[in-house]
Amino acid sequence: MTNERIDIQHLTHLARLSLTEDEKQVIGAQLDDILKYMDKLKELDVSNIEPTAHAVPLINVTRPDQVERSLPHQDALSNAPLQADGLFIVPRIIE
Amino acid sequence: MSSTTEYEAVIGLETHVQLRTRSKMWCGCANEFGAPPNTNVCPVCLGLPGVLPVANEEALRLTVLAGLLLNCEIPARARFDRKNYFYPDMPKNYQITQYDQPSAVRGWVDFEFEGAIQRVRITRAHLEEDVGKSMHFAQTSGVDFNRAGVPLLEIVSEPDITSADMAYAYLNALKDILVFGGISDCDMEKGMVRCDVNVSVRPRGTSQLGAKIEIKNMNSFSGVRRALEYEIQRQVSVLKSGGQLVQSTRRWDDQTGVTEEMRTKEYAHDYRYFPDPDLMAFVPSEQWVNDVRKCVVELPLARKQRFMRDYKLPAGDAQVFVDDVPLGDYFELVARHTPNPKGAANWVINNMRALMVQTGKALKDIRFKPEAIGELVALVDQGKISSKSAQEVFAEMFLTGESPSAIVDRKGLVQVSDTAAVEAFCDQAIAANPGPVADFKAGKAAALNFLKGQVMKLSRGRANPALVGEILEKKLKG
Ligand SMILES: [Zn+2]
Repeated sequence: MTNERIDIQHLTHLARLSLTEDEKQVIGAQLDDILKYMDKLKELDVSNIEPTAHAVPLINVTRPDQVERSLPHQDALSNAPLQADGLFIVPRIIE
Repeated sequence: MSSTTEYEAVIGLETHVQLRTRSKMWCGCANEFGAPPNTNVCPVCLGLPGVLPVANEEALRLTVLAGLLLNCEIPARARFDRKNYFYPDMPKNYQITQYDQPSAVRGWVDFEFEGAIQRVRITRAHLEEDVGKSMHFAQTSGVDFNRAGVPLLEIVSEPDITSADMAYAYLNALKDILVFGGISDCDMEKGMVRCDVNVSVRPRGTSQLGAKIEIKNMNSFSGVRRALEYEIQRQVSVLKSGGQLVQSTRRWDDQTGVTEEMRTKEYAHDYRYFPDPDLMAFVPSEQWVNDVRKCVVELPLARKQRFMRDYKLPAGDAQVFVDDVPLGDYFELVARHTPNPKGAANWVINNMRALMVQTGKALKDIRFKPEAIGELVALVDQGKISSKSAQEVFAEMFLTGESPSAIVDRKGLVQVSDTAAVEAFCDQAIAANPGPVADFKAGKAAALNFLKGQVMKLSRGRANPALVGEILEKKLKG
């Protein structure tokens, strides 16, 4: 399926997803449907409606600058597939 | 004509500095350098699922303060977006950053460069979070997330910089401002400052911009200068040999002293920014901004200019009082009590500071009052004591805190300017030293200095030296 709005190849790369050709077809079509739905919404006249910046009407949610206890070191590393010298070990980062 | 004079460079800098907070940007982990790897980490800064970031108020305050110090406007509303990309030092797979609604916009930095005041405009200053630190091994890389989530201020300049040296001067001025304002310690050794550089060249006098080359992630100002020197030459050479430059990203290698192109594909980012739904907008009240404004300190350049103007100090002295703010503040207390601030500055810089270093004393330990220095300057200026005696008085007042006049009285240091008394000392010296007297009469001018020294010795340093010279010469020539 070709679609001028959805570059499924590019999107799967950005999301680091590996999809089969069939999956690309299905998901590409679904994303296209979502965009069509957005087009539908664009038909509404919203010129008199305040834009909603956030679902929750709150601003300035902050915390004081205080140090709190961090995770115990071994707990922090407990989900690491590999660790050495207190570091998370990952495949070599090529620059 | 050298190759660079036909071309000019156009340089913009993106400078990242870690803010001076106790805790990280979104969690209570310590913002601390040098802790063992992955000990200042928690579910928030490790990007574990289900956590909620909450903004550090002090980081927001320091960002707005930095904006004010950089003469920026503070927009009514700031917001955090997610910048999406994958990299092992970024546990959430997105970096939280102020994108299209930063905390500070449109400012400038003034600084001294090649004998004039230069201005570089600031496009924006925005708050974001630092990423972890990676170390590279033969087969793998290791990541330490202690730095992840540390508040990071990015200051973006307009492309107003025209040379490597000017970039270096700008960076130093920027650093001075940020350290002065308490925004960041800017400790390079601890990686608190990092720069990205954008540089292009164009034939001098033309206004079209050349292809923009970015040099990423440099961690020293001298590195930035060297990289720019290299890169400007390289671009000019390419153009002169008829080549074309394309927009690209390069990396500076400090060891070999060259820039190399990075595989552009890896940097062809598509960040898909969108507002972070976990974070609320920051809409500071007027009162809050005004409270921050009260913390705006006098900038280094303004302070230097004021000291030169108000106290008639030479640039070197003024710079000392910029580099050492408490000493400068102390000098201002002194300067209020004297018509000769330059004389007072000499005592503060040359004597007091040296004695403080020698004795390990701080300003709060100084036993005499600031006006005592003014008194000492007056004693010298009015010819009441010789400058040699003044040295003795200063040492004594530093030790005991006694007032200069009291020391002068107690030690009998009042300068002898009474002609008869000085004549008596001179007669004594001439009688005791027939050899040098004969030398002087035979044309050896230097012998006079020896005789002067003898008179000063006889008077225990109290004779007015100018008067001594005058009388001796009269007696010997007469
Ligand atoms: Zn944390």
